[in-house]
Amino acid sequence: MNGRDTNTVNIVGGRIVDSTTDANGRRADVHIVDGRIALVVEPGTDLPGAATVLDASNAVVSPGFVDLHTHLREPGREESETIETGSRAAALGGFTAVVAMPNTDPAQDSRAVVEFVREQGRRAGLCEVVPSGCITVGRAGEHLAPYAELMKSGVTLFTDDGNGVQDPLLMRRAFEYSSDLGITMAQHCEVSRLTAGAVMHEGSCCSHLGLPGWPAIAEELMVHRDIELVRITGGRLHVLHVSTARSVDMIRAAKADGLAVTAEATPHHFTLDDESLRTFDPVFKVNPPLRTMADIDALKAGLRDGTIDAIATDHAPHADHLKEQPLDVAPPGMLGLETAFALAVGELGMDLQSVLACLSWNPARIAGIGDRHGRPVAEGEPANLVVLDPGAAWVVDRGLVASKSGNTPFHGRSVTGRVRHTVSNGRAVVIDQVAQR
Amino acid sequence: MKHLRSIPELGVDGIVRILNLADHMVEVNRRPVPKVPALVGRTVVSLFFEDSTRTRISFETAAKRLSADTMSFSVSTSSVNKGESLRDTIETVSAMGVAAFVVRHKTSGVPWQLSDWTDASIINAGDGWHQHPTQALLDCHTIRTELGRPSSADCLTGVRIAIVGDVRHSRVARSNIQAFTALGASVVVVAPRTLLPPEVHTWPVEVTSNLDEVIGDVDVLYMLRMQRERMNEALVPDLGEYSNRFGLDRTRAARLRPECLVMHPGPMNRGVEMMLDPSDLARSVITRQVSNGVAVRMAVLFDVLGEASSEVAS
Repeated sequence: MNGRDTNTVNIVGGRIVDSTTDANGRRADVHIVDGRIALVVEPGTDLPGAATVLDASNAVVSPGFVDLHTHLREPGREESETIETGSRAAALGGFTAVVAMPNTDPAQDSRAVVEFVREQGRRAGLCEVVPSGCITVGRAGEHLAPYAELMKSGVTLFTDDGNGVQDPLLMRRAFEYSSDLGITMAQHCEVSRLTAGAVMHEGSCCSHLGLPGWPAIAEELMVHRDIELVRITGGRLHVLHVSTARSVDMIRAAKADGLAVTAEATPHHFTLDDESLRTFDPVFKVNPPLRTMADIDALKAGLRDGTIDAIATDHAPHADHLKEQPLDVAPPGMLGLETAFALAVGELGMDLQSVLACLSWNPARIAGIGDRHGRPVAEGEPANLVVLDPGAAWVVDRGLVASKSGNTPFHGRSVTGRVRHTVSNGRAVVIDQVAQR
Repeated sequence: MKHLRSIPELGVDGIVRILNLADHMVEVNRRPVPKVPALVGRTVVSLFFEDSTRTRISFETAAKRLSADTMSFSVSTSSVNKGESLRDTIETVSAMGVAAFVVRHKTSGVPWQLSDWTDASIINAGDGWHQHPTQALLDCHTIRTELGRPSSADCLTGVRIAIVGDVRHSRVARSNIQAFTALGASVVVVAPRTLLPPEVHTWPVEVTSNLDEVIGDVDVLYMLRMQRERMNEALVPDLGEYSNRFGLDRTRAARLRPECLVMHPGPMNRGVEMMLDPSDLARSVITRQVSNGVAVRMAVLFDVLGEASSEVAS
């Protein structure tokens, strides 16, 4: 390799906030060599020279973000996103690791596909791409996927995302079989018989717009079922994209009972409500759907009190021609990677360190990659870092996103909070908001 | 007015403006040659993604009586699913030089999506369960003229209207309720809970599931079409039970006020919601609705495409 000259990065002038600092953090400069943090020193102390020097003045240095829920579309849907374009969007959004959802074609239910996804992530070299595995073969909800086999390829999070596992017997078996493997079942909670044809949240807005509704109960029944299955099986549950107030209540109660249950919420679910659909723009169609202000308030409260562990994007790119269809035909999903930090900072009313917990070290632990992401900014640790301008204002522009698709629901929105630099595995992959590869 | 997409967008002033124009168009239609050169050289395209021969013919008749050129573009939903996006379809047809599209689609919201991609006017001829504004306007025109009311913003004040049947899946119900109440009428919807929309308490209506409780007490009885497919969705037990609870039969007809208007948007399901021949009713205005439909659609086309200041040519 090229040796220390090119594999060195200095981050100077910043304030470190991680899981070990107090909320205000501490001022320090960082010297990175060959993917690891070599030195953390008082500001102004002389650092060894480095190939890349990142200015962190007036900025926060934090462990990089981890997205538990990213659709990279490769293999199978490369018209909408590739692992490379999605990784670039992730790096620009401050993510040093993303969990790739398994609803690819073919699905991530074999080592061959999982290894392909991981390798494409390595080739892109912008962030770590962590493949998830399927709960059932082909996400068809009929046969358990080979969990222990997939674990050999480093998979620890299993999900049929996009489909909830409908069969309660199969789900019981999945929890039982996995309960001594140390892996997590991540459920997309949706009783599909209650949501046939649904386009948006079932409530007064859908009532007036004459669009088929996706009732909250369809999520809550499965959240309830899976919590009770965890109680009797000793399995581990992660609830994907929690969207309703009652779901938050049930997860809070399950945690109080000491069950192995974690949860995530997306920026769009805590920012936008079902009134967005009054425009009839399919960019606002997402699954689960945008809910009500009361649900938004409950999600925020759940994030603040720790009921919801993580902010996950459910980044779901769709090419324009797919979204330019009638609402019932247009696929659900919206971009999320490049706007997550700003929305988390702007919408939640949480202190920065708590926001970082939800974006970095909590999801790193749930994803099973807490040995290399979400780590304290300390000597000897892996250098997966981000430099943030929490107060920087900018306007979201769908024409400027790095994702291959433009389906952001936040186009034109003024937001606050921006990623300045991203360091992935010791390399500066984003410098001054520009991707380096 | 650039588009006619919904009753709320039209507003009460717009409703009254269309009703006034419709009176002129009724007069035009009575002439020996019912045709005026108001829209000569303008092209009106019916873009029907869902079959509806009667609505399409009504619009095309209206356009021809105003001397517009008409074209009909039928798009089966399947061909759209085969790759051409909604945007490709409208942009392609727009490129031929179109003044207005009359759009019918099975999905709510399509007229709004289309109007982002064309400079032409969009007239909504029915979108999903959402809106059917020309039906609401022709129904307002029918009720107003049958009751001998002038065209004004409060012309249906004191009129009590029952809408019976599948309100949940009905664009006719949604747009009619908005138009009727905008003009001062009170509306009671009559349906089992399964055929009511979610959160119906947010609608400006009374609700009952007992037709017999209200049938002797209304000025207009508006029967909705009951679609047989609903049987497969566990919304009602069977058609017989539906007819028994919500159908108009001789016993119920006998309890109507003598002056009560009976209406239906068509096509009727004989033996389901209509258990008798409408011609046996004292005041069925169902065929009147159809003929008024042409005049009202002429009014809408003229309002959207005509010179706002010009009179209907004589």
